[in-house]
Order: sequence, then structure tokens, then C-alpha cells
Amino acid sequence: MDFAAMFIKLITKNGLVAAFIIIGITTWIAYKIGGLTKGRIHGSAIAIFFGLILAYIGGVVGGGHKGLASIPMFAGVGVMGGAMFRDFAIVSTAFGADLREIKKVGLVGVLSLIFGLLTSWVAGVGAAYAMGYTDSVSLVTIGAGVATFVVGPVTGASLGASSEVIAISIAAGVVKSVLVMILTPFVAKFVGLDNPQSAMIYGGLMGTTSGTAAGMAAVDPKLVPYAAMTATFYTGSGCLVFPSILYFATKAIFG
Amino acid sequence: MIIYGVALLAFCFLTGNYIGDILGALLGVKANVGGVGFAMLLLIILTNKGIDAGWLDKKGQEGIAFWSAMYIPIVVAMSSIQDVVAALSGGTIAVLGGVLGVALGFVFIPILRKFGA
Repeated sequence: MDFAAMFIKLITKNGLVAAFIIIGITTWIAYKIGGLTKGRIHGSAIAIFFGLILAYIGGVVGGGHKGLASIPMFAGVGVMGGAMFRDFAIVSTAFGADLREIKKVGLVGVLSLIFGLLTSWVAGVGAAYAMGYTDSVSLVTIGAGVATFVVGPVTGASLGASSEVIAISIAAGVVKSVLVMILTPFVAKFVGLDNPQSAMIYGGLMGTTSGTAAGMAAVDPKLVPYAAMTATFYTGSGCLVFPSILYFATKAIFG
Repeated sequence: MIIYGVALLAFCFLTGNYIGDILGALLGVKANVGGVGFAMLLLIILTNKGIDAGWLDKKGQEGIAFWSAMYIPIVVAMSSIQDVVAALSGGTIAVLGGVLGVALGFVFIPILRKFGA
């Protein structure tokens, strides 16, 4: 009897259940280490960082684009951490959220979305131009990618960007998402990210659902629904303005 | 029953995303616009109603609270399936663009916060 093969078959077949153990152990170790820092670094921030390390190892070993889930026996983590459960859990955090706080967002929420999209556009176009791209389609596609890794390919596809540029735009979005996950707990204090109002501004400015979901979890899970409330409009708005208004703006500047 | 809360959450999730999909289609965008946000608003309104009217009891609320407590583990799982390899090897443009975008975003938080106040 090949016990190892039987074990691998078992956890491959029951991927989601196996994921509960893998994530449970990862979280447990992270919170133990968090405790050793006397709470200076929160356990959830460490757990998310461990997750990213696992994603790197999985990507290298499995050779795929899905991090740890690139390895078939760990594919269940992809179900647990996929968009469906992520959004389901995000929605559930709204239970107990204060509707009065959400109602207050109004104008500043809309402004945060506008500035979030504009800053991504500036950052992406600037980076692409500095590295030698001069055509408007490539520039705006990379800008869209900085917005989120969904807006990039949507914009690129509708404007007919090259697949190389679309690949860059996706990578830029992933870089942003990962950076938001890692940096948010460290800069939260400096930028005043400690109340529902600023969480909504943060969600609108950063926009990446995965990035803000993880970033906010590491700062204060109570603020998650407020950040998610604005971030959820970001990708849709980005897909609206990048191939249109921002494309024309890019064309007006770079010809 | 716990399942009543879970079912209510699922109802809000699907309804919100459906509204987001319709809004996206109306705007001619190939993406969901605000689905999670609509779902959250619906959940807040319906849970408040349910608690006041008595049909969402303690057990039912636990069904929603469970998923809320699973949020961080799910986010850890999510971070473990990111394409970190691509992010690290995405080339200078991707890294530069991503870094600039995040930096600018953080800079604007205090600015907009002042504006909001």
C-alpha cells in the first residue's frame, strides 16, 4: 500500500476541507508569532503575509498563475479563497455595520473613486511612458491595469492593445493588490485609517477588492464593510472610464 | 435555525450581484458595478427588519456571524492564491506602476479625509 499516494489522493479529492486545515494551521502559527511581537504586528497581517509566501512557493512549484492552488493537491485553497467565498464573507461583515455611517459617505465617497481611478491612470501612464511606451492604447491599458487587474485586460481588449501590454497591465494590478495587502497595516496610522469614513475613502482610492479586503482585515475587521462599500464600485467604474474618457484624455496628451 | 441566516445572506449576496450585473450591462461595461455594495446594503436593511420583527432570531444571526468570523481565514486563503510570481517578475513597468499607484492612493487618504470633515 502506498500510504503517501493515498493521502495525497484524499486531500486532492476533499480540497475545500483540506484547505480549512491548511489555512487553520497557517493562521494559528501567524497569531502565535503575532503574540510574540506583543501585538505590535497583528496576527492577521502576518497570516496574510504567510499566505503570500505560500502563493509564491505554489506558483514556483506548480508553475501556474493561482499561487498555492497551482499545485493540484492544494487546489481547495483556491475554492476557499476564490471570489465567491471572498465576496460572500465580505457581504457578511456588513451584518452589524452602521447604516448611518454608510449614508454619510456621499460626495467624499464619489470623490475617492474619481481620485482612485485618476491616480492609477497617472501612475500607470507615467510608468509606461518612462519605460518607452508612447502610443495611447498601450499607455491607457497599463494605467487601467494599475487600477485593478480586471480593468487592465478589459480596457486592453476593447482598445485592441497587444497581448504583451495586456500581460503587463495584469501584472501591474497584481503588484498593486499585493502591495496594498502588505503596506496597509503599516501606513494605517499615518494616514488616519481608523474610522468608517476614512475606510470608505481608502476603499474608493485603492479599489482592489482583494487588496483592500486583506489590508483592512489586518487593520481592523470592523472597518471591512465600509472599505468594501466603495471598493465594490471601483472595478466597474474603471471599466467604464478607462476605455472611454481616460483613453481620450491619453490621446489628447500623447497623440 | 442557523440556515435561515445563511440563506438570508445568500439571498442578499445573489440579489446584490444581480443588481450589479444589470447596472453594468445598462452602463455597457463588461463588469459588475457595485454588486457587493448593494448586497451589503440589503443585508443591513433586512437583518435590522428581521431582528425588529422577530423572524431573525439569535440562531439565525449566528448563521451570518459565522461567515463574518470566517472572513480573515478566507482572506488568508485568498492571499495564498495570488499570482505573486507574476507580480515579482512582471517587469519594471508593472512594479513601478503598482508602487506609484499605491503611493498616490495612500497620499490622497488624508487629503480626502480633511475634505470630508
